[in-house]
Amino acid sequence: MAGLATSFGSGAMTNSINEILGAELLFLIGTNTTEAHPVIGYKMKQAKRKGAKLIVVDPRRTELAAEADYWLQIKPGTDIPLLNAIMHVIIKEDLYDKKFIEERTENFEALKQTVEKYTPEYASELCGVPAEDIYAVARLYAKTDKAGIFYTLGITEHVCGTNNVMSIANLAMLTGHIGRESTGVNPLRGQNNVQGACDMGALPNVYPGYQKVTDPAVREKFEKAWGVSLPAEVGLMIPEMFDRANSGEIKAMYILGENPVLTDPNANHIKSGLEKLEFLVVHELFLTETAQYADVVLPAASFAETDGTFTNTERRVQRVRKAIEPIPGRTNWQTIMEMSTRMGYPMHYNSAEEIFNEMASLTPSYQGMSYARIDKNGLQWPCPTPDHPGTKYLHAAAFTRGKGLFQGIDHIPPAELPDEEYPFLLSTGRILFHYNVTTPYSAGINSIWNEEYAEVNPDDASRLGVTTGDKVKVTSRRGEVTTKVQVTDRVPPGVIWMSFHYTESPTNVLTSAAVDPITKTGEYKVCAVKVEKLN
Amino acid sequence: MELVKLTIDGQEVQVPAGTTVLEAAEQLGIHIPRLCHDPDLTAVGACRLCVVEIEGMRNLPASCVTMATDGMVVRTDTPQIIEARKTILELLIANHPLDCLSCEKLGDCKLAEYCYQYGVKKSPFINPEKHSYEVEDNNPFIIRDLNKCILCGRCIRACAEMTCNDIIDFSYRGFKTKVGPFGDTTLAESDCVYCGNCVAVCPTGALTEKQMQGKGRRWEYKRVKTTCPFCGTGCNFDLMVKDGKIAGVTSNPESVVNGKQLCIKGRFGWDFVHSDKRLTSPLVKVDGKFVPVSWDEAFNTIAKRLGEIKEKYGANAFASLSSARCTNEENYLVQKFVRAVMGTNNVDHCART
Repeated sequence: MAGLATSFGSGAMTNSINEILGAELLFLIGTNTTEAHPVIGYKMKQAKRKGAKLIVVDPRRTELAAEADYWLQIKPGTDIPLLNAIMHVIIKEDLYDKKFIEERTENFEALKQTVEKYTPEYASELCGVPAEDIYAVARLYAKTDKAGIFYTLGITEHVCGTNNVMSIANLAMLTGHIGRESTGVNPLRGQNNVQGACDMGALPNVYPGYQKVTDPAVREKFEKAWGVSLPAEVGLMIPEMFDRANSGEIKAMYILGENPVLTDPNANHIKSGLEKLEFLVVHELFLTETAQYADVVLPAASFAETDGTFTNTERRVQRVRKAIEPIPGRTNWQTIMEMSTRMGYPMHYNSAEEIFNEMASLTPSYQGMSYARIDKNGLQWPCPTPDHPGTKYLHAAAFTRGKGLFQGIDHIPPAELPDEEYPFLLSTGRILFHYNVTTPYSAGINSIWNEEYAEVNPDDASRLGVTTGDKVKVTSRRGEVTTKVQVTDRVPPGVIWMSFHYTESPTNVLTSAAVDPITKTGEYKVCAVKVEKLN
Repeated sequence: MELVKLTIDGQEVQVPAGTTVLEAAEQLGIHIPRLCHDPDLTAVGACRLCVVEIEGMRNLPASCVTMATDGMVVRTDTPQIIEARKTILELLIANHPLDCLSCEKLGDCKLAEYCYQYGVKKSPFINPEKHSYEVEDNNPFIIRDLNKCILCGRCIRACAEMTCNDIIDFSYRGFKTKVGPFGDTTLAESDCVYCGNCVAVCPTGALTEKQMQGKGRRWEYKRVKTTCPFCGTGCNFDLMVKDGKIAGVTSNPESVVNGKQLCIKGRFGWDFVHSDKRLTSPLVKVDGKFVPVSWDEAFNTIAKRLGEIKEKYGANAFASLSSARCTNEENYLVQKFVRAVMGTNNVDHCART
């Protein structure tokens, strides 16, 4: 999100989900939408069937790649040269939106200079996409009026994730494809409430509504509201937390509803960090891999047992309603409230709604919302006043930061690429039938899809002597897992693809420790592994 | 926008050109019965139950595929129309099991609803041919009982127009016509992704949710509209609740993001809630083993240990992970707890992972 925040001033999906149906062109890069966001995927296919053009940039032949007008089978980790080459063509052929650039953006010259050397022919050598496809896609995108770009973790889970995002923002600004219906830059947020958790300030540098902890005026506002003095320095991001747990500086943690042992990269580093803690509280639905390390485990209530709100990827705040009594006897907000009270800071809320109202009063983009207003259809932030209708798409008249910021961005190769010892490139992602690490607890879903099947190209499979269903050992510099394989040409030769849903094949033991220097997002999408057949 | 004015059952109504007679009638609060029609799918005019009389037209046109025109005069309830609808229902139930007493869909079955409305109790046809298909239940999610299928084709259109997967279609001809995947296989043998959108639009008991079988009658459930806990799309659906337990998920057509459309996770993945692996009591680790304790004891242990650690090592020796799966209210309280109580900004969640 840092990338879009830098370019536009706001790190969220610019358009609404149902605007997909009105788009004339969908440009998908690093998103396997039909599996990771199935209902958004349906809408993309519906748009395609109504006549929208579809461009998919993905190393894997995903379902949408197979339906695309242009499938650019990119080498993992080479998005920047591809995007730069597309922009190179648009500038060279004079297809860019000069009026938009003049009125709405700054620093165009820097972009122009940087992309100068990225001819499609040069970029093609780096990213593996034929030069003629780069020309065709550049012309198509530039000449289509209503064109939306969509991306997910295939863009962000790289060492250059932030730069990837800023390159996408460059492209949209270059052709004025932003701030209009069905036209914009759309990061599809992964989890149900990842947008909301960010909005709520569950981040080390901001309070709710992205108000900076380092801003004295903001801090004063929260100190007054909460009646305590608050720390002025920015806190730690997750990878830093585990680094400092390993080095002994972090002594205690409280973890709510996350399972970093299974989901975070370089799992062995996470485990050793958790082991070193003096005190760990895990608040969870299940005795997860992470909960095993806890000193105290608090049972959590699920979404069906609580009132509240989630904020979806299109910034829509919607109600979560209590359907059944909390199975552990209390909701999570009641548990946090009691922990706080016992620690000498009494919290008194009689309902989730009271918490929401306190939050909204301190969060400008939520200030106009109430449970009554969001009851039926929710509201999309920003919604600053009680009579504000919410915001369907962002940056209509001006960018959040004022002028959109172009940046010249050069290619940064992945931190770890295949070599003689570890000849395969491992990339990871989600599959349709599972969601991270909760769905394996669904009896129905788990009865069909209950083990990992690593995807291997037929060329590689014949060299390794494996067929679908065989077991292999996959080893990286950080660990090893065993998994069954599925032989399929969905992946190109040299690439192994795995999901991360299963305890028995904890893929993130393998993934790279490298992170984006700004967001600290792990490079899940690229690391080097070797594969050996097991008997 | 061009408007047209027409008269339906003596009442005038103005609608945009391109509106069907069926939709125009709805604006007057007149419900014309329909089986194959669904507002979210293309209209095909297959079941003919929505027939009406229109002055100047010779036959009874199907109102779901007849566009309203200026000056049109429509009747929706003449004896002739009622007779036609009755006959259609009689033909449908001639080859439909009347085991409504134990049908999973009772209370939500459109065929039963219209038979009730038109007083159709049994088919007058003598010894009609009947299908005896085996009920398909070899997957964990969807039960297909083709004996109850009325060939309205809604499921086919849902698969093609909502999910865009084209897994099922009509096969065979005449009386043998049936709906199924390519090669007349079961769903389990097809590329079905189990989104269940076909189940959401089925007007009869032909397609039902396996998880809900035998758990309750449709009218017994409390429907609680909520937001899906899986991905970031933010689909809404109804949790079907009975006796304090969830029995299933059904589409809520009023959902602003997704309408009736859901995926396998939202529609069928909810059962983790009632997994027997759920934690029900706080646990404290004693000699490497978890021991159940009271909430009171757990809170005391946490307050004591966190207090000691803050005292000894300072506020920044504490860190917290909040959750992108939890509500805004929970996340707000976690960051408030970390900042206001523990005195540090060490709070994060897996936004970046």
